[in-house]
Amino acid sequence: MSNYKALYQEVILDHNKKPRNYGTLARASHHAVGHNPLCGDHISVALNFDRECIDCIAFQGESCAICKASASMMTAAIKGKSLADAEILIQEFLAMATGKLDLDSPNHIGKLAVFAGVCDLPTRVKCVILPWHTLHAAFNSLASASTEADPMHAPNGNT
Amino acid sequence: MNSVQIASNPGSVSAFDIERIRADFPILQLQIDGKPLVYLDNAASSQMPQQVIDRLVRYQTSEHANINRAVHYLSETATAEYDAARRKLQRFINAPEEREVIFTSGTTDAINLVMHGYGRWFIKPGDEIILTTLEHHSNIVPWQMLAEETGANIRVVPINDAGELLIDEYEKLFNARTRFVGVIHVSNALGSINPVKKMIAFAHAHGVPVLVDGAQAAPHLQVDVQDLDCDFYAFSGHKLCGPTGIGVLYGKAALLEKMQPSKGGGDMILSVTFEKTTYNTIPHKFEAGTPPIAAAIGLGAAVDYLSAIDMDAIAAHELELLNYATAQMTRMPGVHIIGTAKNKASVISFTVDGVHPHDVGTLLNEEGVAVRTGHHCAQPVMQHFKVPATSRASFAFYNSMAEVDALIAGIRSVQKVFA
Repeated sequence: MSNYKALYQEVILDHNKKPRNYGTLARASHHAVGHNPLCGDHISVALNFDRECIDCIAFQGESCAICKASASMMTAAIKGKSLADAEILIQEFLAMATGKLDLDSPNHIGKLAVFAGVCDLPTRVKCVILPWHTLHAAFNSLASASTEADPMHAPNGNT
Repeated sequence: MNSVQIASNPGSVSAFDIERIRADFPILQLQIDGKPLVYLDNAASSQMPQQVIDRLVRYQTSEHANINRAVHYLSETATAEYDAARRKLQRFINAPEEREVIFTSGTTDAINLVMHGYGRWFIKPGDEIILTTLEHHSNIVPWQMLAEETGANIRVVPINDAGELLIDEYEKLFNARTRFVGVIHVSNALGSINPVKKMIAFAHAHGVPVLVDGAQAAPHLQVDVQDLDCDFYAFSGHKLCGPTGIGVLYGKAALLEKMQPSKGGGDMILSVTFEKTTYNTIPHKFEAGTPPIAAAIGLGAAVDYLSAIDMDAIAAHELELLNYATAQMTRMPGVHIIGTAKNKASVISFTVDGVHPHDVGTLLNEEGVAVRTGHHCAQPVMQHFKVPATSRASFAFYNSMAEVDALIAGIRSVQKVFA
């Protein structure tokens, strides 16, 4: 499984170095904070929903490159989408990260496919899905999300 | 290859035949994605030499039965070997008496045993427990649970920016309500070796017992519980080239006698009626149920192996690895060593500018280099240094200078990816 390096592709390193939509929003209809207690990573996601679609979205936080790039690319992909379409993308992304999505069948993953390799790295799956869980929590008006609340990913040992 | 040959040249670093030692560890021959494994996560768990593996196989193949029970051959053999393992551990830490060595499932279990068996009986509302900033969570959380239950208070010894305990501050924490001290011998997160002997003497001058968490010390230093004069000393088998699921609590007999068992069951009793149970003598009082017999015997073989190499020779070789790695990493731009205590064991926690420790760990793994990344179950230490996590390379006696070079090259390649 020599895809560790493959994960650190140019596009991911670029989003890590220059994250898109990084910061806070003056006006947000939804927001949530996500936390991975195993590594201490945390990010916050804020968005504003204006009648039809998500007209602006921003994230902020302290995390590894994989998490930050995932958040950055997520905000770019989500902006302008309806809540229903955004929800479909969240579900497809989570399925891809856990190896349950057939990338050959019709989907909305697009550029986000750069993260497909993470499903072979169980210790890093949580890094890539944290922003998406946080976005999902924001949609559902939950104040916070944790990678440990996800029954698909039981906590690792942490000695 | 057997360890007795190594013992013929004890004590001398020049006699430390690293290639011969490495040949004892089958796992070190592994390739990770076509690169030789460079295992530098020894502070989390060490690897097992063939001698210990063979001992476990021999036990399961021809010696196994339950202990302290039946009169048949296998039960007698297993009991004798289990008792022999206890004596080996006694010698390893120079405990005065065999009955002062209790087998536990590990360091965490040993500390919890003291919390339940001593703390819950002798620590009262308003009493104070002194811990240090360097403690592993396993020597924090049990005492917090006790404090919550009894209304006792926890006082914390601060550290300086080198990761050393401030001993003046430690001494100032003592007062008439101080009832217990818990201190880590060697910091798992930073490698700092704490002046526990001096700290114990000070506590004893105030009539306060001391528990030493020796999980990281026992694999690297010659531990002498009589010289330290500690009241309790806890350590784990799996960090000592032994199996998981086994550890030791040493306790002074007088204290162990006064303590209550925290687990009830078979083997820990002398007699049971529904009206009254009489507990067994120490150490059996604290070993309820069938213990991890194979693991205890395996740990006995592991300390035989380590003693044959000689703990002083091990410490000397590890210090060479530490000094070599520290010198190189100190010169690397963008790399910062967290924890620069004057007296350090072979642990290097570090950060790389602009790269999260998890990315460091994943990319080092690509080079076959195994390090730990995260908070090392020592979040108060991370909070002191204002970092969420670090990468940690921890060296064992079977690591070589070439492996330090592999680590350094690996860090350079991480920096290149993130340049």
